[in-house]
Amino acid sequence: MANLYISALVSMGALGAFFATGLAIASKKFAVEVDPRIEEIEACLPGANCGGCGFPGCSSFANAVVEGNVECGGCPVNSTEGAAKIAEIMGVSCATGERMIAQVMCKGGSSAATQRSEYRGIQTCKAATAVGGGSKGCEYGCLGFGDCSDVCPFGAIKMSDDNLPIVDPELCTGCGKCVEACPKAIISLVGETRKNHIRCSAYLNGKEVRQVCKVGCIGCGICAKNCPVGAIEMKDNLAIMLYDKCINCGLCAEKCPMGTIDFDGAKIEEIKINDNCIGCTLCAKVCPVDAIKGEVKKMHEIDPEICIKCGICYTKCKKDAIDVKYKD
Amino acid sequence: MEFITDLLLIFVASVLVNNFVLSRFLGICPFLGVSKQVETAFSMGMATTFVMALTAMSAYLIQNFILEPLNLIFLQYVAFILVIASLVQLVEMFVKKASPVLYKALGIFLPLITTNCAILGLALLIPMKGYGFIQSTIFGIGAGVGFTLAIVLMAGIRETLQFADVPEAVKGVPIALIIAGLMAMAFMGFSGLIPM
Repeated sequence: MANLYISALVSMGALGAFFATGLAIASKKFAVEVDPRIEEIEACLPGANCGGCGFPGCSSFANAVVEGNVECGGCPVNSTEGAAKIAEIMGVSCATGERMIAQVMCKGGSSAATQRSEYRGIQTCKAATAVGGGSKGCEYGCLGFGDCSDVCPFGAIKMSDDNLPIVDPELCTGCGKCVEACPKAIISLVGETRKNHIRCSAYLNGKEVRQVCKVGCIGCGICAKNCPVGAIEMKDNLAIMLYDKCINCGLCAEKCPMGTIDFDGAKIEEIKINDNCIGCTLCAKVCPVDAIKGEVKKMHEIDPEICIKCGICYTKCKKDAIDVKYKD
Repeated sequence: MEFITDLLLIFVASVLVNNFVLSRFLGICPFLGVSKQVETAFSMGMATTFVMALTAMSAYLIQNFILEPLNLIFLQYVAFILVIASLVQLVEMFVKKASPVLYKALGIFLPLITTNCAILGLALLIPMKGYGFIQSTIFGIGAGVGFTLAIVLMAGIRETLQFADVPEAVKGVPIALIIAGLMAMAFMGFSGLIPM
């Protein structure tokens, strides 16, 4: 019996070794020269093979970059540094857009929104939507089964205790998988510097919203009236944020009676012009509410009555002449 | 002379009468998977033929000089799979080097020759039939040619089928399966041609 084991081990081992040697020689002989840049580029990519770029995976994308079929920054998931590295490998300059982050446009978690029925079916948003649009009172709202968090290849979406998805802005890469997965289409990709978000997607009138949700947009239009730059548009009982106009002042969030609008940035408490001012009038020009007065080459002043504390003058001032104090 | 007649009979039998795909129903996966274009189908057939011929030789040698003398028949499957996997690796390297276009066209089906049951079936049939070395080789080549024949015929039909008015319900895979069935029935006409 022992002999059998030995002969089996030796013969199979020898056979394996024989073929291994043969293959090793063949691999040297038939070695295909691959463009070394492909591997280098692949190392700069996230490696999640998410397909967000439109290619089957990261290596196909790297291949396409080398062949010149796609821009260096064509990977929507890649960091700006990653794209810059790829551009360096390819020896070209690279135009990169702003990093996009997924934002959930619904605030009605299980504590704020009502249920109109009890759903006991398959626990996914997609399946629940198929049954009469889901069990939620608001037909537009988040169902909270976490299809988005399941599909996220980067673990950037967690479901809160209130059954709402929470996006981690650090981990989110803007690949857009969740946007596709959400049957209610309440997730959008928004630039990472955007701070004001209207977290409601319900095209219901005020009364209907009040019946089903404590934090939904009732379409009162207060935000649109107060917005100094006209970045909010009222459409079918819903306030829509026009992100390219928004200056991140946070005024809308402050004025919203329902608390639908979120402001993620720091709110300015006090803003003043100091002695550094040379009277260049730049701040007066950018002020959306014309709260800054002053003549050319003389120190300017902010009228606290008119000022909405948006801070846009602070970001534009080149002389460090504006002091701001943020709320905690 | 009788020896050569015997070889010819083995060859014709494995190509037509006992065609691996259409009579033994082995290797259906690539038969349906790579039979959309005649050109790729033919390349696939050639790659499979090469692997089959070498497998047949190796199977004979391993069976008669390693497994049987050492009383290790129970390792037959392991040994044959080892041979097939190595040979497929070799073919893959070769195709990748020789024709990157073909490498892309064959795609996953190239490494999948490893798991093509027609090849393992061939390796297992050889000891069963008690063929000698040359007979085994001819049997392997014949099996490969038979596979190529079947897959190229199928690809030809499917290419023409593109222009045919196929009923909506059976478009695509269903009609391919129906055709495969019809072809198998047609090949049944060869049975009894050679008493094997």
